Amino acid sequence: MLNPDIRNDFPILDQEVNGYPLVYLDSAATSQKPRQVIEALEHYYKYDNSNVHRGVHTLGNRATEDYEGARETVRKFLNASSTKEIVFTRGTTTALNLIADSYGRANIAEGDEIIITYMEHHSNIIPWQQLAKATGAVLKYVDLEEDGTLSLEKVSDAMTDRTKIVSMMYVSNVLGTMNPIKEITEIAHVHGAVMVVDAAQAAPHIEIDVQDLDCDFLAFSGHKLCGPTGIGALYGKKALLEAMEPTEFGGEMIDFVGLYDSTWKELPWKFEGGTPIIAGAIGMAAAIDYIQSIGLDAIEQHEHELVAYAMEQMRTLEGIEIYGPRDASKRAGIVTFNLEGVHPHDLATVLDMNGIAVRAGHHCCQPLMKWLDVSATARASFYLYNTKEDVDRLMEGLRMAKEYFQ
Amino acid sequence: MKNDKLDQLYRSVIMDHYKTPRNKGVLEGSNVTIDMNNPTCGDVIHLTLQVEDDIVKDAKFEGEGCSISMASASMMTQLVKGKNKEEAIFAAHAFSDMMLGKEVDESVDFGDIEALTGVAKFPARIKCATLPWKAMEKGIAGDSE
Repeated sequence: MLNPDIRNDFPILDQEVNGYPLVYLDSAATSQKPRQVIEALEHYYKYDNSNVHRGVHTLGNRATEDYEGARETVRKFLNASSTKEIVFTRGTTTALNLIADSYGRANIAEGDEIIITYMEHHSNIIPWQQLAKATGAVLKYVDLEEDGTLSLEKVSDAMTDRTKIVSMMYVSNVLGTMNPIKEITEIAHVHGAVMVVDAAQAAPHIEIDVQDLDCDFLAFSGHKLCGPTGIGALYGKKALLEAMEPTEFGGEMIDFVGLYDSTWKELPWKFEGGTPIIAGAIGMAAAIDYIQSIGLDAIEQHEHELVAYAMEQMRTLEGIEIYGPRDASKRAGIVTFNLEGVHPHDLATVLDMNGIAVRAGHHCCQPLMKWLDVSATARASFYLYNTKEDVDRLMEGLRMAKEYFQ
Repeated sequence: MKNDKLDQLYRSVIMDHYKTPRNKGVLEGSNVTIDMNNPTCGDVIHLTLQVEDDIVKDAKFEGEGCSISMASASMMTQLVKGKNKEEAIFAAHAFSDMMLGKEVDESVDFGDIEALTGVAKFPARIKCATLPWKAMEKGIAGDSE
Protein backbone atom coordinates (compact mmCIF):
# COMPACT_ATOMS: atom_id res chain seq x y z
CA MET A 1 0.00 0.00 0.00
CA LEU A 2 1.09 3.57 -0.68
CA ASN A 3 1.85 5.94 2.17
CA PRO A 4 -1.52 7.31 3.39
CA ASP A 5 0.13 10.75 3.75
CA ILE A 6 -0.50 11.07 -0.01
CA ARG A 7 -4.01 12.15 0.99
CA ASN A 8 -2.54 15.37 2.37
CA ASP A 9 -1.58 16.38 -1.16
CA PHE A 10 -5.29 16.57 -2.03
CA PRO A 11 -6.90 19.53 -0.26
CA ILE A 12 -10.41 18.58 -1.42
CA LEU A 13 -10.35 15.33 0.54
CA ASP A 14 -10.07 17.23 3.79
CA GLN A 15 -13.74 18.10 4.19
CA GLU A 16 -17.00 16.81 5.57
CA VAL A 17 -19.87 15.96 3.26
CA ASN A 18 -23.31 15.66 4.81
CA GLY A 19 -21.73 15.58 8.24
CA TYR A 20 -19.15 12.87 7.55
CA PRO A 21 -15.53 12.96 6.39
CA LEU A 22 -15.53 12.66 2.60
CA VAL A 23 -14.74 9.28 1.08
CA TYR A 24 -14.22 9.85 -2.64
CA LEU A 25 -14.77 6.67 -4.64
CA ASP A 26 -15.54 8.18 -8.04
CA SER A 27 -12.08 8.65 -9.51
CA ALA A 28 -12.98 6.74 -12.68
CA ALA A 29 -15.35 9.64 -13.46
CA THR A 30 -12.74 12.21 -12.54
CA SER A 31 -9.81 12.15 -10.17
CA GLN A 32 -9.08 14.73 -7.52
CA LYS A 33 -6.23 17.20 -7.98
CA PRO A 34 -3.13 17.43 -5.82
CA ARG A 35 -1.74 20.73 -4.55
CA GLN A 36 1.14 20.37 -7.06
CA VAL A 37 -1.31 20.61 -9.99
CA ILE A 38 -3.38 23.40 -8.48
CA GLU A 39 -0.17 25.34 -7.82
CA ALA A 40 1.11 24.81 -11.37
CA LEU A 41 -2.14 26.27 -12.72
CA GLU A 42 -1.99 29.15 -10.27
CA HIS A 43 1.65 29.85 -11.08
CA TYR A 44 0.95 29.91 -14.79
CA TYR A 45 -1.94 32.36 -14.44
CA LYS A 46 -0.12 34.51 -11.89
CA TYR A 47 3.23 34.82 -13.64
CA ASP A 48 3.38 33.39 -17.17
CA ASN A 49 -0.02 33.72 -18.79
CA SER A 50 0.32 34.72 -22.42
CA ASN A 51 -0.56 33.36 -25.82
CA VAL A 52 1.86 30.85 -27.30
CA HIS A 53 3.89 30.59 -30.50
CA ARG A 54 3.94 34.33 -31.09
CA GLY A 55 7.47 34.79 -29.98
CA VAL A 56 8.35 38.37 -29.33
CA HIS A 57 7.74 39.15 -25.68
CA THR A 58 9.06 37.41 -22.60
CA LEU A 59 5.78 36.13 -21.20
CA GLY A 60 4.94 34.70 -24.60
CA ASN A 61 8.23 32.86 -24.61
CA ARG A 62 7.68 31.48 -21.14
CA ALA A 63 4.17 30.29 -21.95
CA THR A 64 5.39 28.68 -25.16
CA GLU A 65 8.26 26.96 -23.38
CA ASP A 66 5.95 25.60 -20.71
CA TYR A 67 3.32 24.49 -23.21
CA GLU A 68 5.84 22.72 -25.43
CA GLY A 69 7.55 21.40 -22.30
CA ALA A 70 4.23 19.81 -21.38
CA ARG A 71 4.23 18.07 -24.76
CA GLU A 72 7.66 16.63 -24.01
CA THR A 73 6.33 15.42 -20.64
CA VAL A 74 3.48 13.61 -22.42
CA ARG A 75 5.90 12.16 -24.97
CA LYS A 76 8.05 10.68 -22.25
CA PHE A 77 4.96 9.50 -20.34
CA LEU A 78 3.84 7.44 -23.34
CA ASN A 79 7.37 6.69 -24.56
CA ALA A 80 6.55 8.10 -27.98
CA SER A 81 9.55 8.66 -30.23
CA SER A 82 8.80 12.29 -31.07
CA THR A 83 6.77 15.25 -29.79
CA LYS A 84 5.42 15.50 -33.35
CA GLU A 85 3.32 12.49 -32.41
CA ILE A 86 1.64 14.23 -29.46
CA VAL A 87 -1.44 16.38 -30.20
CA PHE A 88 -3.15 18.18 -27.34
CA THR A 89 -6.93 17.78 -27.41
CA ARG A 90 -9.82 18.58 -25.12
CA GLY A 91 -9.79 14.99 -23.91
CA THR A 92 -10.19 11.40 -25.03
CA THR A 93 -13.55 12.04 -26.72
CA THR A 94 -12.16 14.82 -28.90
CA ALA A 95 -9.14 12.69 -29.80
CA LEU A 96 -11.27 9.71 -30.86
CA ASN A 97 -13.52 11.98 -32.88
CA LEU A 98 -10.49 13.46 -34.58
CA ILE A 99 -9.31 10.01 -35.66
CA ALA A 100 -12.76 9.04 -36.94
CA ASP A 101 -13.32 12.34 -38.74
CA SER A 102 -9.88 12.66 -40.27
CA TYR A 103 -8.26 9.25 -40.65
CA GLY A 104 -11.63 7.50 -40.88
CA ARG A 105 -13.21 9.66 -43.57
CA ALA A 106 -10.07 9.44 -45.70
CA ASN A 107 -9.46 5.73 -45.39
CA ILE A 108 -12.80 3.98 -44.92
CA ALA A 109 -14.99 2.93 -47.84
CA GLU A 110 -18.30 1.12 -48.18
CA GLY A 111 -18.08 -2.45 -46.90
CA ASP A 112 -14.94 -1.85 -44.85
CA GLU A 113 -15.08 -2.96 -41.24
CA ILE A 114 -14.55 -1.13 -37.98
CA ILE A 115 -14.20 -3.39 -34.96
CA ILE A 116 -14.96 -2.46 -31.36
CA THR A 117 -16.22 -4.43 -28.34
CA TYR A 118 -19.31 -4.53 -26.12
CA MET A 119 -17.43 -2.98 -23.24
CA GLU A 120 -16.64 0.35 -24.96
CA HIS A 121 -17.50 3.75 -23.52
CA HIS A 122 -19.92 5.81 -25.63
CA SER A 123 -16.96 7.94 -26.74
CA ASN A 124 -15.43 4.90 -28.42
CA ILE A 125 -18.73 3.83 -30.01
CA ILE A 126 -20.51 6.84 -31.43
CA PRO A 127 -17.64 8.32 -33.52
CA TRP A 128 -17.45 4.92 -35.27
CA GLN A 129 -21.23 4.67 -35.65
CA GLN A 130 -21.18 8.07 -37.33
CA LEU A 131 -18.26 7.07 -39.54
CA ALA A 132 -19.98 3.81 -40.52
CA LYS A 133 -23.19 5.65 -41.38
CA ALA A 134 -21.38 8.25 -43.46
CA THR A 135 -19.25 5.78 -45.40
CA GLY A 136 -21.33 2.60 -45.55
CA ALA A 137 -18.74 0.76 -43.47
CA VAL A 138 -19.75 -2.08 -41.15
CA LEU A 139 -19.40 -1.63 -37.38
CA LYS A 140 -18.71 -4.97 -35.68
CA TYR A 141 -18.74 -5.76 -31.97
CA VAL A 142 -16.54 -8.42 -30.39
CA ASP A 143 -18.46 -10.37 -27.75
CA LEU A 144 -17.09 -10.63 -24.22
CA GLU A 145 -16.33 -13.68 -22.13
CA GLU A 146 -18.60 -14.41 -19.18
CA ASP A 147 -16.27 -12.67 -16.72
CA GLY A 148 -16.13 -9.51 -18.84
CA THR A 149 -12.75 -10.16 -20.44
CA LEU A 150 -11.83 -10.37 -24.12
CA SER A 151 -10.70 -13.58 -25.77
CA LEU A 152 -7.98 -13.10 -28.35
CA GLU A 153 -9.57 -15.87 -30.36
CA LYS A 154 -12.84 -13.96 -30.68
CA VAL A 155 -10.98 -10.74 -31.46
CA SER A 156 -9.07 -12.57 -34.16
CA ASP A 157 -12.21 -14.25 -35.54
CA ALA A 158 -13.92 -10.88 -35.90
CA MET A 159 -11.21 -9.51 -38.18
CA THR A 160 -11.09 -9.99 -41.93
CA ASP A 161 -9.13 -8.41 -44.72
CA ARG A 162 -11.86 -5.75 -44.91
CA THR A 163 -11.06 -4.65 -41.36
CA LYS A 164 -9.57 -1.16 -41.47
CA ILE A 165 -9.91 0.14 -37.93
CA VAL A 166 -9.83 -1.70 -34.60
CA SER A 167 -10.63 0.52 -31.64
CA MET A 168 -10.67 -0.72 -28.06
CA MET A 169 -10.36 0.50 -24.54
CA TYR A 170 -7.21 -0.42 -22.65
CA VAL A 171 -9.01 -0.59 -19.30
CA SER A 172 -12.79 -0.87 -18.88
CA ASN A 173 -14.41 1.93 -16.87
CA VAL A 174 -17.11 -0.49 -15.70
CA LEU A 175 -15.56 -3.93 -15.43
CA GLY A 176 -12.04 -2.80 -14.62
CA THR A 177 -10.81 -5.34 -17.17
CA MET A 178 -7.35 -4.71 -18.58
CA ASN A 179 -7.33 -5.67 -22.23
CA PRO A 180 -4.34 -7.33 -23.99
CA ILE A 181 -3.78 -4.36 -26.30
CA LYS A 182 -0.33 -5.43 -27.47
CA GLU A 183 -1.60 -8.80 -28.68
CA ILE A 184 -4.73 -7.28 -30.25
CA THR A 185 -2.57 -4.72 -32.07
CA GLU A 186 -0.51 -7.54 -33.54
CA ILE A 187 -3.65 -9.24 -34.85
CA ALA A 188 -5.00 -5.97 -36.26
CA HIS A 189 -1.75 -5.37 -38.10
CA VAL A 190 -1.82 -8.84 -39.66
CA HIS A 191 -5.09 -7.75 -41.30
CA GLY A 192 -3.67 -4.37 -42.30
CA ALA A 193 -5.92 -2.49 -39.89
CA VAL A 194 -4.89 0.41 -37.68
CA MET A 195 -5.17 -0.01 -33.91
CA VAL A 196 -6.80 2.77 -31.90
CA VAL A 197 -6.52 2.64 -28.11
CA ASP A 198 -8.86 4.44 -25.71
CA ALA A 199 -6.53 4.80 -22.75
CA ALA A 200 -8.74 7.10 -20.65
CA GLN A 201 -8.91 4.59 -17.78
CA ALA A 202 -5.46 3.12 -18.36
CA ALA A 203 -3.23 6.20 -18.32
CA PRO A 204 -3.95 7.05 -14.65
CA HIS A 205 -3.18 3.54 -13.45
CA ILE A 206 -0.64 1.64 -15.56
CA GLU A 207 2.60 2.32 -17.45
CA ILE A 208 1.94 2.90 -21.13
CA ASP A 209 4.58 2.42 -23.80
CA VAL A 210 3.19 3.16 -27.24
CA GLN A 211 6.29 1.84 -29.00
CA ASP A 212 6.06 -1.46 -27.19
CA LEU A 213 2.29 -1.70 -27.81
CA ASP A 214 2.91 -0.67 -31.44
CA CYS A 215 -0.60 0.83 -31.52
CA ASP A 216 -1.29 3.41 -34.23
CA PHE A 217 -3.31 5.87 -32.15
CA LEU A 218 -3.85 6.25 -28.42
CA ALA A 219 -5.92 8.80 -26.53
CA PHE A 220 -6.22 9.81 -22.89
CA SER A 221 -7.60 12.59 -20.68
CA GLY A 222 -5.78 14.71 -18.14
CA HIS A 223 -8.56 14.97 -15.59
CA LYS A 224 -8.57 11.26 -14.81
CA LEU A 225 -4.87 11.29 -13.87
CA CYS A 226 -4.96 14.15 -11.36
CA GLY A 227 -4.85 16.86 -14.03
CA PRO A 228 -7.36 19.57 -14.96
CA THR A 229 -10.50 19.00 -17.02
CA GLY A 230 -10.60 20.07 -20.66
CA ILE A 231 -7.20 18.70 -21.65
CA GLY A 232 -6.03 15.39 -23.03
CA ALA A 233 -3.72 14.07 -25.67
CA LEU A 234 -3.77 12.07 -28.85
CA TYR A 235 -0.76 9.98 -29.76
CA GLY A 236 -0.50 8.99 -33.40
CA LYS A 237 2.28 7.42 -35.43
CA LYS A 238 4.02 10.19 -37.31
CA ALA A 239 3.46 8.78 -40.81
CA LEU A 240 -0.29 8.48 -40.15
CA LEU A 241 -0.64 11.95 -38.65
CA GLU A 242 1.41 13.45 -41.50
CA ALA A 243 -1.05 12.09 -44.02
CA MET A 244 -4.13 13.22 -42.11
CA GLU A 245 -6.07 16.43 -42.68
CA PRO A 246 -6.93 18.67 -39.75
CA THR A 247 -10.58 18.72 -38.64
CA GLU A 248 -10.49 22.21 -37.14
CA PHE A 249 -9.34 25.24 -39.01
CA GLY A 250 -8.40 28.75 -37.94
CA GLY A 251 -5.63 30.50 -36.11
CA GLU A 252 -2.54 28.72 -34.78
CA MET A 253 -2.72 25.78 -37.18
CA ILE A 254 -1.87 27.59 -40.43
CA ASP A 255 1.32 28.14 -42.33
CA PHE A 256 0.19 30.45 -45.13
CA VAL A 257 -3.32 31.85 -45.65
CA GLY A 258 -4.39 33.07 -49.08
CA LEU A 259 -7.78 34.30 -50.17
CA TYR A 260 -8.96 30.95 -51.45
CA ASP A 261 -6.45 28.47 -50.20
CA SER A 262 -4.27 27.90 -47.16
CA THR A 263 -1.55 25.57 -45.97
CA TRP A 264 -1.04 23.99 -42.57
CA LYS A 265 1.69 24.08 -40.01
CA GLU A 266 3.74 20.95 -39.51
CA LEU A 267 2.98 18.31 -36.89
CA PRO A 268 1.63 18.46 -34.28
CA TRP A 269 0.35 22.04 -34.55
CA LYS A 270 -1.77 21.51 -37.66
CA PHE A 271 -4.25 19.68 -35.39
CA GLU A 272 -4.34 22.44 -32.77
CA GLY A 273 -6.49 25.17 -34.30
CA GLY A 274 -7.22 28.21 -32.13
CA THR A 275 -5.49 29.33 -28.96
CA PRO A 276 -4.56 26.02 -27.38
CA ILE A 277 -5.40 24.78 -23.88
CA ILE A 278 -2.20 26.25 -22.48
CA ALA A 279 -2.92 26.18 -18.76
CA GLY A 280 -4.56 22.76 -19.16
CA ALA A 281 -1.48 21.29 -20.82
CA ILE A 282 0.78 22.74 -18.13
CA GLY A 283 -1.52 21.42 -15.41
CA MET A 284 -1.66 17.98 -17.03
CA ALA A 285 2.14 17.88 -17.23
CA ALA A 286 2.31 18.72 -13.51
CA ALA A 287 -0.14 15.86 -12.89
CA ILE A 288 1.98 13.43 -14.92
CA ASP A 289 5.08 14.54 -12.99
CA TYR A 290 3.14 13.98 -9.78
CA ILE A 291 1.92 10.45 -10.51
CA GLN A 292 5.32 9.52 -11.92
CA SER A 293 7.00 10.76 -8.75
CA ILE A 294 4.89 8.22 -6.87
CA GLY A 295 5.37 5.63 -9.59
CA LEU A 296 2.74 4.02 -11.80
CA ASP A 297 3.84 0.55 -10.73
CA ALA A 298 3.29 1.50 -7.11
CA ILE A 299 -0.10 3.06 -7.96
CA GLU A 300 -1.17 -0.05 -9.84
CA GLN A 301 -0.08 -2.27 -6.96
CA HIS A 302 -1.92 -0.05 -4.46
CA GLU A 303 -5.14 -0.30 -6.48
CA HIS A 304 -4.85 -4.07 -6.83
CA GLU A 305 -4.62 -4.37 -3.07
CA LEU A 306 -7.56 -2.02 -2.48
CA VAL A 307 -9.72 -3.78 -5.06
CA ALA A 308 -8.83 -7.20 -3.66
CA TYR A 309 -9.76 -6.00 -0.19
CA ALA A 310 -12.98 -4.35 -1.39
CA MET A 311 -14.08 -7.42 -3.35
CA GLU A 312 -13.31 -9.71 -0.43
CA GLN A 313 -15.33 -7.52 1.94
CA MET A 314 -18.20 -7.02 -0.47
CA ARG A 315 -18.58 -10.73 -1.10
CA THR A 316 -19.51 -11.14 2.56
CA LEU A 317 -22.70 -9.18 1.87
CA GLU A 318 -25.68 -11.26 0.91
CA GLY A 319 -27.27 -10.28 -2.40
CA ILE A 320 -24.23 -8.53 -3.86
CA GLU A 321 -23.29 -9.04 -7.47
CA ILE A 322 -19.89 -7.84 -8.66
CA TYR A 323 -19.35 -7.48 -12.41
CA GLY A 324 -16.14 -8.19 -14.29
CA PRO A 325 -13.09 -10.37 -13.60
CA ARG A 326 -13.15 -12.20 -10.26
CA ASP A 327 -9.39 -12.01 -9.95
CA ALA A 328 -8.46 -8.58 -8.53
CA SER A 329 -5.03 -8.73 -10.15
CA LYS A 330 -6.77 -8.65 -13.54
CA ARG A 331 -8.50 -5.33 -12.84
CA ALA A 332 -7.68 -1.68 -12.47
CA GLY A 333 -9.10 0.14 -9.43
CA ILE A 334 -12.76 -0.33 -10.30
CA VAL A 335 -15.51 -2.40 -8.68
CA THR A 336 -18.94 -2.24 -10.28
CA PHE A 337 -21.75 -3.98 -8.48
CA ASN A 338 -25.41 -4.25 -7.58
CA LEU A 339 -26.98 -4.93 -4.23
CA GLU A 340 -30.17 -6.94 -4.42
CA GLY A 341 -33.26 -4.94 -3.51
CA VAL A 342 -31.51 -1.57 -3.59
CA HIS A 343 -31.52 0.36 -6.85
CA PRO A 344 -28.06 1.89 -7.57
CA HIS A 345 -29.45 5.44 -7.41
CA ASP A 346 -30.91 4.80 -3.99
CA LEU A 347 -27.65 3.21 -2.97
CA ALA A 348 -25.68 6.24 -4.19
CA THR A 349 -27.99 8.55 -2.25
CA VAL A 350 -27.66 6.54 0.96
CA LEU A 351 -23.88 6.51 0.57
CA ASP A 352 -23.81 10.24 -0.22
CA MET A 353 -25.72 10.96 2.96
CA ASN A 354 -22.85 9.18 4.71
CA GLY A 355 -20.20 11.25 2.93
CA ILE A 356 -19.30 8.56 0.39
CA ALA A 357 -19.21 9.45 -3.31
CA VAL A 358 -19.84 6.63 -5.81
CA ARG A 359 -21.21 6.60 -9.33
CA ALA A 360 -24.58 5.08 -10.18
CA GLY A 361 -26.10 4.63 -13.61
CA HIS A 362 -24.97 3.30 -16.97
CA HIS A 363 -21.46 4.84 -16.82
CA CYS A 364 -21.70 5.96 -20.48
CA CYS A 365 -21.78 2.29 -21.47
CA GLN A 366 -25.36 1.52 -22.51
CA PRO A 367 -24.41 -1.39 -24.82
CA LEU A 368 -22.41 -2.95 -21.98
CA MET A 369 -25.33 -2.52 -19.57
CA LYS A 370 -27.47 -4.35 -22.10
CA TRP A 371 -24.83 -7.06 -22.35
CA LEU A 372 -24.81 -7.39 -18.56
CA ASP A 373 -28.64 -7.35 -18.69
CA VAL A 374 -28.95 -4.57 -16.10
CA SER A 375 -30.38 -1.07 -16.41
CA ALA A 376 -27.89 0.47 -14.02
CA THR A 377 -25.09 -0.42 -11.65
CA ALA A 378 -23.17 1.21 -8.81
CA ARG A 379 -19.45 1.74 -9.14
CA ALA A 380 -16.73 2.36 -6.58
CA SER A 381 -13.46 3.43 -8.16
CA PHE A 382 -10.19 3.81 -6.30
CA TYR A 383 -7.08 5.84 -6.81
CA LEU A 384 -3.78 6.54 -5.12
CA TYR A 385 -5.34 8.57 -2.31
CA ASN A 386 -7.83 5.90 -1.23
CA THR A 387 -7.22 3.66 1.76
CA LYS A 388 -8.57 0.47 3.30
CA GLU A 389 -10.45 2.68 5.76
CA ASP A 390 -12.34 4.09 2.76
CA VAL A 391 -13.38 0.54 1.88
CA ASP A 392 -14.51 0.00 5.47
CA ARG A 393 -16.65 3.14 5.29
CA LEU A 394 -18.11 1.93 2.00
CA MET A 395 -19.00 -1.37 3.64
CA GLU A 396 -20.74 0.42 6.52
CA GLY A 397 -22.73 2.41 3.99
CA LEU A 398 -23.68 -0.69 2.02
CA ARG A 399 -24.89 -2.42 5.17
CA MET A 400 -26.95 0.63 6.07
CA ALA A 401 -28.52 0.73 2.60
CA LYS A 402 -29.38 -2.95 2.86
CA GLU A 403 -30.99 -2.44 6.23
CA TYR A 404 -32.86 0.61 5.01
CA PHE A 405 -34.38 -1.09 2.00
CA GLN A 406 -35.15 -4.41 3.63
CA MET B 1 -28.05 3.45 12.15
CA LYS B 2 -30.11 6.62 11.78
CA ASN B 3 -29.95 9.35 9.23
CA ASP B 4 -32.55 12.12 9.36
CA LYS B 5 -31.97 13.36 5.83
CA LEU B 6 -32.53 9.88 4.48
CA ASP B 7 -35.67 9.52 6.53
CA GLN B 8 -37.00 12.70 4.94
CA LEU B 9 -36.39 11.30 1.49
CA TYR B 10 -37.45 7.73 1.97
CA ARG B 11 -40.71 8.26 3.88
CA SER B 12 -42.52 5.08 4.77
CA VAL B 13 -45.33 5.76 2.30
CA ILE B 14 -42.75 5.99 -0.51
CA MET B 15 -41.13 2.74 0.52
CA ASP B 16 -44.56 1.16 0.66
CA HIS B 17 -45.37 2.19 -2.92
CA TYR B 18 -41.90 1.03 -4.01
CA LYS B 19 -42.22 -2.39 -2.42
CA THR B 20 -45.91 -2.84 -3.22
CA PRO B 21 -46.54 -0.82 -6.34
CA ARG B 22 -50.17 -0.08 -7.25
CA ASN B 23 -51.36 -0.39 -10.84
CA LYS B 24 -48.30 -2.28 -11.95
CA GLY B 25 -48.54 -3.99 -15.32
CA VAL B 26 -49.76 -3.37 -18.82
CA LEU B 27 -53.32 -2.24 -19.32
CA GLU B 28 -55.29 -4.40 -21.70
CA GLY B 29 -57.38 -2.33 -24.06
CA SER B 30 -55.39 0.82 -23.41
CA ASN B 31 -55.59 3.52 -26.06
CA VAL B 32 -52.61 5.60 -24.95
CA THR B 33 -49.11 4.14 -24.58
CA ILE B 34 -46.06 6.11 -23.58
CA ASP B 35 -42.44 5.04 -23.19
CA MET B 36 -40.08 7.41 -21.55
CA ASN B 37 -36.57 7.15 -20.17
CA ASN B 38 -34.14 9.22 -18.23
CA PRO B 39 -30.99 9.12 -20.36
CA THR B 40 -28.69 10.20 -17.56
CA CYS B 41 -29.53 7.30 -15.29
CA GLY B 42 -31.28 4.63 -17.34
CA ASP B 43 -34.69 4.74 -15.61
CA VAL B 44 -37.49 3.64 -17.94
CA ILE B 45 -41.27 3.72 -17.73
CA HIS B 46 -43.90 2.10 -19.91
CA LEU B 47 -47.22 3.74 -19.17
CA THR B 48 -50.56 2.57 -20.53
CA LEU B 49 -53.73 4.63 -20.17
CA GLN B 50 -57.33 4.18 -21.11
CA VAL B 51 -58.77 7.56 -21.97
CA GLU B 52 -62.47 7.78 -22.83
CA ASP B 53 -64.67 10.86 -23.25
CA ASP B 54 -61.95 13.15 -21.92
CA ILE B 55 -61.59 11.03 -18.75
CA VAL B 56 -58.61 8.86 -17.74
CA LYS B 57 -60.52 5.68 -16.93
CA ASP B 58 -57.56 3.48 -16.05
CA ALA B 59 -53.78 3.55 -15.83
CA LYS B 60 -51.00 1.04 -15.38
CA PHE B 61 -47.23 1.26 -15.48
CA GLU B 62 -44.24 -0.94 -15.89
CA GLY B 63 -40.69 0.18 -15.54
CA GLU B 64 -37.27 -0.08 -14.09
CA GLY B 65 -35.81 2.47 -11.80
CA CYS B 66 -35.05 3.59 -8.31
CA SER B 67 -37.47 3.68 -5.39
CA ILE B 68 -38.30 7.32 -6.03
CA SER B 69 -39.22 6.91 -9.69
CA MET B 70 -41.19 3.70 -9.17
CA ALA B 71 -43.04 4.96 -6.08
CA SER B 72 -43.82 8.18 -7.91
CA ALA B 73 -45.20 6.17 -10.85
CA SER B 74 -47.37 4.09 -8.53
CA MET B 75 -48.76 7.20 -6.84
CA MET B 76 -49.29 9.01 -10.11
CA THR B 77 -51.39 6.18 -11.57
CA GLN B 78 -53.60 6.28 -8.47
CA LEU B 79 -54.11 10.03 -8.72
CA VAL B 80 -54.73 10.25 -12.44
CA LYS B 81 -57.59 7.73 -12.57
CA GLY B 82 -60.91 9.49 -12.92
CA LYS B 83 -59.38 12.85 -13.77
CA ASN B 84 -60.25 14.62 -16.98
CA LYS B 85 -57.41 15.52 -19.31
CA GLU B 86 -57.15 19.11 -18.18
CA GLU B 87 -57.02 18.12 -14.52
CA ALA B 88 -54.41 15.45 -15.22
CA ILE B 89 -52.13 17.86 -17.06
CA PHE B 90 -52.66 20.45 -14.35
CA ALA B 91 -51.65 17.87 -11.73
CA ALA B 92 -48.49 17.03 -13.70
CA HIS B 93 -47.50 20.70 -13.70
CA ALA B 94 -48.33 21.11 -10.03
CA PHE B 95 -46.24 18.04 -9.22
CA SER B 96 -43.31 19.47 -11.12
CA ASP B 97 -43.64 22.72 -9.13
CA MET B 98 -43.70 20.73 -5.92
CA MET B 99 -40.45 19.01 -6.88
CA LEU B 100 -38.83 22.36 -7.62
CA GLY B 101 -39.82 23.54 -4.16
CA LYS B 102 -42.30 26.09 -5.54
CA GLU B 103 -45.69 26.99 -4.11
CA VAL B 104 -48.20 24.38 -5.17
CA ASP B 105 -51.72 25.20 -6.27
CA GLU B 106 -53.96 24.01 -3.48
CA SER B 107 -56.69 22.90 -5.85
CA VAL B 108 -54.78 19.66 -6.43
CA ASP B 109 -55.17 17.24 -3.54
CA PHE B 110 -51.95 15.28 -3.60
CA GLY B 111 -52.61 13.39 -0.38
CA ASP B 112 -49.87 10.84 0.27
CA ILE B 113 -47.98 12.09 -2.77
CA GLU B 114 -46.82 15.02 -0.68
CA ALA B 115 -44.42 12.55 0.94
CA LEU B 116 -42.32 13.10 -2.19
CA THR B 117 -41.67 16.75 -1.27
CA GLY B 118 -38.48 15.55 0.46
CA VAL B 119 -37.07 14.85 -3.00
CA ALA B 120 -36.84 18.60 -3.65
CA LYS B 121 -33.83 18.68 -1.30
CA PHE B 122 -31.99 16.11 -3.44
CA PRO B 123 -31.39 17.88 -6.76
CA ALA B 124 -29.94 14.78 -8.42
CA ARG B 125 -33.13 12.84 -7.71
CA ILE B 126 -35.81 15.30 -8.87
CA LYS B 127 -35.82 13.84 -12.36
CA CYS B 128 -36.46 10.40 -10.89
CA ALA B 129 -39.69 11.65 -9.32
CA THR B 130 -40.91 13.65 -12.30
CA LEU B 131 -40.31 10.99 -15.00
CA PRO B 132 -43.71 9.20 -14.60
CA TRP B 133 -45.58 12.51 -14.48
CA LYS B 134 -43.85 13.73 -17.62
CA ALA B 135 -44.79 10.47 -19.32
CA MET B 136 -48.42 10.90 -18.27
CA GLU B 137 -48.50 14.51 -19.44
CA LYS B 138 -46.97 13.58 -22.78
CA GLY B 139 -49.46 10.79 -23.29
CA ILE B 140 -52.48 12.87 -22.44
CA ALA B 141 -51.36 16.03 -24.22
CA GLY B 142 -50.46 13.94 -27.28
CA ASP B 143 -53.84 12.27 -27.15
CA SER B 144 -55.57 15.67 -27.12
CA GLU B 145 -53.88 16.86 -30.29
